[in-house]
Amino acid sequence: MTKEFKRPDGRKVDELREMKAKVGVVPNADGSAMFSFGDTVAIAAVYGPKEHHPRNQRNPEEGTLRCTYNMLSFSVTDRIRPGPSRRSTEISKITEWALEPVVMIEKYPNMVIDVHVNILQANASTRCAGINAAAMALAHAGIPMKDIVSSVSIGKLDKQLVVDVNKYEEDWEEGEGATDIPITFTNSGELTHIQLDGKITSKQLKEAIELAREATKKIYEVQKEALKNPLREEK
Amino acid sequence: MQIKERQYIKKMTDRKIIIPGEVIFEGEDYLPGEGTEKKGKEIISLRYGLAEESNKLVKVIPLSGVYQPRRGNVVIGRVENITFNGWIIDIGASDRAFLSLTEVPRYVNKDGLDEVMDFNNMVVAKIWGINKRGIDLSIKSRGLGKIDEGMIIKINSNKVPRVIGKEGSMVNLIKENTNCNITVGQNGLIWIQGDKIEDELFAKKAVLFVVEKSFISGLTDELKKWFDKEKGK
Repeated sequence: MTKEFKRPDGRKVDELREMKAKVGVVPNADGSAMFSFGDTVAIAAVYGPKEHHPRNQRNPEEGTLRCTYNMLSFSVTDRIRPGPSRRSTEISKITEWALEPVVMIEKYPNMVIDVHVNILQANASTRCAGINAAAMALAHAGIPMKDIVSSVSIGKLDKQLVVDVNKYEEDWEEGEGATDIPITFTNSGELTHIQLDGKITSKQLKEAIELAREATKKIYEVQKEALKNPLREEK
Repeated sequence: MQIKERQYIKKMTDRKIIIPGEVIFEGEDYLPGEGTEKKGKEIISLRYGLAEESNKLVKVIPLSGVYQPRRGNVVIGRVENITFNGWIIDIGASDRAFLSLTEVPRYVNKDGLDEVMDFNNMVVAKIWGINKRGIDLSIKSRGLGKIDEGMIIKINSNKVPRVIGKEGSMVNLIKENTNCNITVGQNGLIWIQGDKIEDELFAKKAVLFVVEKSFISGLTDELKKWFDKEKGK
């Protein structure tokens, strides 16, 4: 239960994988961004605000944020069947919910903003990388936003909390096994999304949220840096 | 960090890129303008762009995103549809734009709208009104109307002010040096019309040069040098 807990890849318990971020990766989109946690790479492209079709889904009170999460067939070791699945539909909705509190869609009644998130490479935490990329892409598209969101996954390996789980840790089987908790925070410290799959005590959940709060601050810095230097060359 | 930012903005030559949610100024001295919001005692940005302050009014100039139509803008669009009393024009904005029959300065037969402007014809028009239903266009002014010849290129609509330059200095420089007539639509479409194709292509090259170098200050001089170099070839 101390800092001496050994993670398989030698990281400290509160250490994130190396992050990379870039904006303007899709020239034809109105805004786009790439975000990666180690081997997990996500690309987000934003189109709009534009006319909402089909018309019956229009909302005259406020605009609509429409997210699509897609894992490319070559992103994992076993080829996944392309096209929408139960999992991708769920994550699309989750991405929408995580972003909705900060995006000022009320300025665009009867219109839609499309956000397409594609996972190029997956090594766990794909939804978090996707949300981070989507937040940057929305800002890059010039959509009015109250804040930027940053997302991180907190894992519980047996009884130890760790930040930013990778695939190996996600499949942890010793002791109580692995629990994955993706959490999204705004920069001002408000929580916009939390998911939990597994078992955790309420005390430890609070600890997990605090860990995520600290980790998202680091992620925010990476996102900010990338947005502020759109012309920066990749190192 | 706050003080550093303040100094940065004071130097108007290199304005700072601001991201949404970022604090631009603190305190009661400043007023929030376009793209900003007052939250407690801080003025925060709502958009991604360059922060600018003049007469205590803080605003954010957007760097990217779709074209935001404004009243009085001259735009270039494509006829998307013809209705019984006008044309639907695609101007690249999120709302649809409508050019009414009554805003055409000539007699039009109600059965012959397509004879005046057919599908996919390009048109230079002015925005005279924006309401909940959409954008209303007009061609009742000099220099507006259907485009018959020339070349149309598309650039990012946020780069349009750079291409026009201060009081049209940049676009006039290109006009003088290429013998072309150039109309810059605020939505990012540019109509180039010259006597020879070579002239039009040269003008296009010059416009794209301005777009590519849009972040440089003193771009008009830079363009003059570019013209000297290109013509000396």
